[in-house]
Amino acid sequence: MASEKIDVRYVAKLARIALSEDEAERFGKQLGDLLAHVNVLSELETASVPATAQVVESRNVERSDEAGPCLDRETVLSMAPQREGSFFRVPKIIGQP
Amino acid sequence: MNDVVKRSAAEIARDVNAKRISARDVTEAVLARVDEVDDRLGCYLTRLHDLAREQASRVDERVAAGESLPLAGVPLAVKDNMCLSGTRTTAASKILENWIAPYTSTAVQRMLDAGAVPIGKSNLDEFAMGSSCENSALGVTRNPYDLQRVPGGSSGGSAAAVAAFEAAIGMGSDTGGSIREPGAFCNVVGFKPTYGRVSRYGLIAFASSLDQIGPLTRTVEDAALAYDAMAGHDPMDSTSIDRPVEPAAPSLREDLEGLRIGIVKEFVTAKLGAEIDALYKRAYAELAKLGAELVEVSLPTADYGLATYYLIAPAECSSNLARFDGVRYGLRVDGADVGQMYEQTRAAGFGPEVKRRILIGTYALSSGYYDAYYVKAQKARTMSAQDFKKAFEHCDLIAAPAASSPAFEFDSKSDPYSMYMMDYYTIPMSLAGLPALSVPCGYAGTPAMPMGLQLAAPLFEETRLLGAAHAYERATAYAVEGAIAV
Amino acid sequence: MTVQTRYEAVIGIECHVELKTRSKMFCACANEFGGEPNTKVCPVCLALPGALPVANAEAIRHMIRAGLAFGASIPAFSKFDRKNYFYPDMPKDYQISQYDMPLTLGGSVRYWLEDGTLKECKLTRIHLEEDTGKSIHGGGGDGRIAGSSFSLIDFNRAGVPLMECVSEPDLRSAQEAVGYLEALKRTFVQLGVSDVKMEEGSLRCDANVSIRPAGSTELGTKTEIKNMNSFRSVLRAIESEIERQIAVLESGSRIVQETRGWDEGQGVTHSMRSKEEAHDYRYFPDPDLVPIEVDAALIDELKKTIPVLPPERFARYRGYGMDPKQATQLVDNFPLADYFDACVAAGANPQASMNFVLSDLSRLANETGTPVNESAVTPEALAELVALVESKTVNSKIAKELLERMWAGEGSPKAIVEQEGLAQTSDTGEIERLIDEVLAANEKAATDYKAGKTNILGFLTGQVMKASRGKANPALVNELLRKKLE
Repeated sequence: MASEKIDVRYVAKLARIALSEDEAERFGKQLGDLLAHVNVLSELETASVPATAQVVESRNVERSDEAGPCLDRETVLSMAPQREGSFFRVPKIIGQP
Repeated sequence: MNDVVKRSAAEIARDVNAKRISARDVTEAVLARVDEVDDRLGCYLTRLHDLAREQASRVDERVAAGESLPLAGVPLAVKDNMCLSGTRTTAASKILENWIAPYTSTAVQRMLDAGAVPIGKSNLDEFAMGSSCENSALGVTRNPYDLQRVPGGSSGGSAAAVAAFEAAIGMGSDTGGSIREPGAFCNVVGFKPTYGRVSRYGLIAFASSLDQIGPLTRTVEDAALAYDAMAGHDPMDSTSIDRPVEPAAPSLREDLEGLRIGIVKEFVTAKLGAEIDALYKRAYAELAKLGAELVEVSLPTADYGLATYYLIAPAECSSNLARFDGVRYGLRVDGADVGQMYEQTRAAGFGPEVKRRILIGTYALSSGYYDAYYVKAQKARTMSAQDFKKAFEHCDLIAAPAASSPAFEFDSKSDPYSMYMMDYYTIPMSLAGLPALSVPCGYAGTPAMPMGLQLAAPLFEETRLLGAAHAYERATAYAVEGAIAV
Repeated sequence: MTVQTRYEAVIGIECHVELKTRSKMFCACANEFGGEPNTKVCPVCLALPGALPVANAEAIRHMIRAGLAFGASIPAFSKFDRKNYFYPDMPKDYQISQYDMPLTLGGSVRYWLEDGTLKECKLTRIHLEEDTGKSIHGGGGDGRIAGSSFSLIDFNRAGVPLMECVSEPDLRSAQEAVGYLEALKRTFVQLGVSDVKMEEGSLRCDANVSIRPAGSTELGTKTEIKNMNSFRSVLRAIESEIERQIAVLESGSRIVQETRGWDEGQGVTHSMRSKEEAHDYRYFPDPDLVPIEVDAALIDELKKTIPVLPPERFARYRGYGMDPKQATQLVDNFPLADYFDACVAAGANPQASMNFVLSDLSRLANETGTPVNESAVTPEALAELVALVESKTVNSKIAKELLERMWAGEGSPKAIVEQEGLAQTSDTGEIERLIDEVLAANEKAATDYKAGKTNILGFLTGQVMKASRGKANPALVNELLRKKLE
């Protein structure tokens, strides 16, 4: 298992959550504590155990390729924190995806 | 208080279908009850007077036209992480505080189609993350048995509403115990069906592989009625189970003859103190008295459930909650560029518990830690499911506590981990996707607060589970009407 | 050795191609280009709270067919994963994609260069994912992201099924890269899995480019080139990048691994380095979707739908004597190539039918606006005509006339020839009789010929042909005339 000291600022950056100094310290400690608790999993011998992504097994759930109704545009845009005409507007984008 | 509000869902539906009372009259009585007590209890984040009256009238019209509806006129509390078109749907988060859902979740729609009347959107821990409702960013819900105590969570609003006669059926969602624990705290039946039995379409996701909708009711019979209405395959949810649902309501039993009930060796109730230990020993004895054969079973990895859960659920939530970004809907806090806007919006919009879980989940999935944490937890999950599979070779049902303690006082659990421990007994069943419920089993503490007995069944065995819970409830009747404080 | 030939380029292409389906990848919104912004969106593709994806069966079939066309292996088990990163045109802030278990693995793309050289580029994988919405950058920057002060987003494209084809670094020049892309394009169009309209952005590609000393087997440091919007810009961008890298190495500097954007106007690539830190996509299996199992029966069923593919046709057509340009033209006109192949299958001599198909029939199609394959000239009828020419039953002049009449719907050429006695005559006596008549009427011409004006022979041949109403075998006429005159 990995170290319990986590770079909470880096993680918060990935999660896109701004942290205050106070939060960074508090969350850093709490997350470290929690990781110490979850580290008990290292006691389990899992080398030959398959991972479970879904507990009720199911396969090939697909829909047939048919187009259906969409939402009304005004309903959609009325949710927008900021709109411009028929578009959602956001502040300037820095960097590529 | 008009006594109509105390009637069970089964009674109300029967009377409305028989035209002995109109859905409209039931609705008015419940709305009056809500207006009378909910300022103190805070079960509902949004009261739906207009919608309730409209729906009640529609139900009356349908009944007048000769239809018989399984939930005709039954007052319904909808947990506010379920979309109901045209209503504010918040997940008890500031980030969605003013969001009006433009569509209705499948489970809610099925309840409405069955004739239920939505009274309000009930409070929860923000994004269903919590065990006390204290993580709601939008309101405080109090336990109807003691207003100084929490109703449990995350489906605390629905549990309290049902206990306090503000609804006959509460819709809840359970990820690690979020129906069963508040059910126990509020002395009602809290039922989580098999994962995939009830569509998640329109349920605001917390942890997709664990989330499951189910009812909170005052009787097991009502839980069965609600389950029969909401369960079933939904083509809009890829994880919805495509197999027939055996109706549970007709299979309720009066005894437990021929059933083997497993008591889990690793769940040592003595750890919970003498009073609670005695209470659960009594509950198990009551099961035996009803004819069940008690057998000891082992869940060797039960102690790892919490750790497994607190990696898988946060990992999934860190991704599920990414969409709350201030671009398309919900809260936006402006920033100089899109990146800053995201960070400020999410910093202001999410409460501390949600942030903690997003951070832990992000960490568990991040490069270098994925195998050590996330994959390890998925493997532990496999072991947990295998444990149950083996245990059910020796028993038909498993009995266990529904929570580690009765409802506690507000602000009494400051350390996140001690709060997480509340779900110690419910998480293993969630990891294995099993149907499980809590049913009132007595009182403990001072003042005496309700406790719940948890029963769990193998996958898809909801009928067996509800049938047995019904026998227990009929024989014991711990949910004493009138004990509530409002 | 010039500076350029001292180096060898190593190029790999990552190509995103929108699939042609009626609906989007995970919801029922129409998959159509354009339209009013934000009109083809629903709770799923707008990532509203609670919405869930359900995979489009046709998109999965398209993927498998594309894989089969390139000889890829189709694993029995495949799954969807979430690729987590924030971007405003990506509604969920994660993209549903495939990480370690794509629908197709390996295979290779056979392509050819302008001079007809056949080449092959191995594929790493093709995986299925969903497209993002589109951003328009405003407030300065001339529509480009750099210098803009805000962006406007249209989510109509969000959720359109997208396949990502990743090639091995097998390409050695910009020409090969374009040849490879053309091969992808013609294969996808022929399979009907995509329209591949670059102008609509339905094919977008990035190139990984590095150089190394000629003969070396080690890979140099690569750069990733983006923003190439046409095959022409791919050609120019890669050529320019190779030159830039050579200049960097020649000046004694090192190549920096980075993303570079192609500037069409200036004809150079620019560094796109930004201050954003490296991405950590935190891939994990999407818990909202279930795995895909592909069985042998499905593969067999889909194999039957794979048509004759372009490289096979190209090589065959070259063998018929077509030049690379003609062969490419015919290969790229799938209906015409199908028609041509049907003629050959009906027994027609390939070279002879090629001339009819590429010249006379294509001209008639242009003149009338009716595609050849929809015209009255069936492949069988054309084969009949070709046989008439081959057997010298009719000469080429009559053949052209017959073709026009067949186009006009007059039916079988053989029948026309028989009914109207149009068969070419090689009856020496008959032809000599006609020659005598013509020479008698053109005494001066005969004299001129004998005086050495041998080019008059053509005129005389024409006169004899005319006298025979075109039926005489022109070669025989020529031969007999010559004899007569000498």
